[in-house]
Amino acid sequence: MRLPVFYFRILEVIALTNNILFVDHLEKYFFTYQGIVKAVDGISFFIKEGETFGLVGESGSGKSTVAYTVVGMYRPTKGKIIYKGDKDISQDSRKRPLAIKKEIQIVYQDPGTSLNPSMTIKDILELPLKVHNISKNHEDRIKKVKELLEMVQLPVSYTYKYPSMIGGGEKQMVAIARALATNPSFVLLDEPTSALDVSVQAKLINMLIQFQKKFKLSYLFITHDLSLMRNVASRVAIMYLGKLCEIAPSSEFFKNPLHPYTQMLLSSIPVISDEEEALKPKKIISKGEIPSPVNIPPGCSFHFRCHKKMDICSCEDPIITEVNEGHTVRCHLYTK
Amino acid sequence: MTKPLLEIKNLHVWFKVFGGILRVLDGVNFTVMSEEKVGLVGETGCGKTTTMKAIMRLLSMPPAIIPKGEILFKGKDILRMNRAELQQIRKEKISMIFQDPTAALNPVFTIGTQIQDAVRFSGKSGRKMKKDEIKARAMQVLKEVSLPDQERVLHNYPIQLSGGMRQRVCISMALVSASELIIGDEPETSLDVTIKDQILRLLKELVEKHNTSIILISHALGTVKNMTDKVYVMYAGTMVELAKTKDLFAHPLHPYSKGLLAAIPRLTGGGIGEGIDGHIPEYINPPKGCRFHPRCKQVMPMCKDKKPPLFKVSEKHEVACFLFQNFGGDCIDK
Repeated sequence: MRLPVFYFRILEVIALTNNILFVDHLEKYFFTYQGIVKAVDGISFFIKEGETFGLVGESGSGKSTVAYTVVGMYRPTKGKIIYKGDKDISQDSRKRPLAIKKEIQIVYQDPGTSLNPSMTIKDILELPLKVHNISKNHEDRIKKVKELLEMVQLPVSYTYKYPSMIGGGEKQMVAIARALATNPSFVLLDEPTSALDVSVQAKLINMLIQFQKKFKLSYLFITHDLSLMRNVASRVAIMYLGKLCEIAPSSEFFKNPLHPYTQMLLSSIPVISDEEEALKPKKIISKGEIPSPVNIPPGCSFHFRCHKKMDICSCEDPIITEVNEGHTVRCHLYTK
Repeated sequence: MTKPLLEIKNLHVWFKVFGGILRVLDGVNFTVMSEEKVGLVGETGCGKTTTMKAIMRLLSMPPAIIPKGEILFKGKDILRMNRAELQQIRKEKISMIFQDPTAALNPVFTIGTQIQDAVRFSGKSGRKMKKDEIKARAMQVLKEVSLPDQERVLHNYPIQLSGGMRQRVCISMALVSASELIIGDEPETSLDVTIKDQILRLLKELVEKHNTSIILISHALGTVKNMTDKVYVMYAGTMVELAKTKDLFAHPLHPYSKGLLAAIPRLTGGGIGEGIDGHIPEYINPPKGCRFHPRCKQVMPMCKDKKPPLFKVSEKHEVACFLFQNFGGDCIDK
């Protein structure tokens, strides 16, 4: 079924009512001496309340830029970010009301650099409480800090320790506790486990899933690990050079990947059991590397590496097509 | 395949630091046959890289001390070699690929200079090579790692290449000396999924083509499964399990290996296992007995004061855990 873009957009707007976040044709360009870097180039997606939306892509595809723009660290060049149906938060983050800043929190990739080494755990966890005026006095705050530590299953004795004194997994727990300190409803997780070992990762992910149920959180989960994505996300989007290639519900996505890039990604995951091997698409030899975002190829940005390249791909950028319900793909193979 | 190429026997590596002695490696045994692909897995900080650095004698030796153990390369102890012999080993026999290609290459020299240096100082010692010979060899190794446009790459600085290309350059430098053993210290960790796939495929091809042995260190178990014949699982400076790759992934025996495998997110979905509680012990005062016992769910009283040796469970499957001390050869089926 081929749908024109505007029609597709109307469908999204109708579905907007129970969406926690709606991103509409978001663009973020960086102006450098080498040229314009189109880090995010017109992407649209929505996140429903209480779901985990996964964003996958290679490094340099602009995943983190999306997160930073949503959280307000960057100002979008163009496009809209709408929070909870009616609040436009695409303006300058300095003009963003504190009440919305409190609602949207972020957990960064590397806990070693996202926690201030000269602050104790107490200081780190106290700061959001002070900024957002959550606890009135010192005793209250200390009590809340201890509650937060207990929540992430860290011993209360960690209160006066410095980040350098605790392990990597524990640091990330502190970072999560900091994000949850303000009682948010939407949390951005920017590769929260990529710096950690698998055994720690499993614990942390299970904890995040628990919190999601308990506090009714919505997550934007960014990762490059597709096997992990299979287990946490309810919908998955694949990003390549600032554009979304494919959005699909998680189960559909792994059963029936449509975009050649998705197929390539899936076939290159190293897996550990035969059942998983059977799930992967037929071996597609991955070739090439992600080009520099200053110099994006004409037409479909993926056509250099594509194993199903057609003539049209090198001159015309494909439009987004809805193939199945909720499964959209941006590829010429499916536009006819 | 009769004589082992590399054999590490009861290796202890300690580090003398301000707070005391870090007893990092505690009796590591490790064997690599010629033309064998061996994997070494374990969490961060379990001593994988320390072991490999000990093989190359790259550990800086005031803080590090090696009180016990030997590293035999073709029957000769690397730890007791003099400078010239050691140079020989590093030049011709063993080469290493590091984790982060950006840090492994010098940013102020061109790729050409660095590879040609590697060519000049490697190879059969004593013979001096001509300039164009050196260049031809450099071009040849770059071609082998399927880098396009080798002439241009030679004139480029590392910063002008992408991460995948830099790692290819590092691999080509390891190939220069046509060595007998390549140590890959997490060569794929800093790369993206598709690039990782390309690099590992290349590495496997080259290893098979040149009939070299490889030790692949990784904490990505999927990678190890695709690449190796035999796997060692390491925990806190001790080898806890060794098996053929297929056996380990089908029937892990040690509680640590089991936990590690269960923690990996599967493509089939269905949630993630529990992971392993706790973390790697501090090396200043490591737990007595089995170093895994504080985190182990099947801990027994004897684990707390006696260090388990490697018990042979079947022909090529050994595990350092008292749970298996009374088992014969067929316990895998039980």
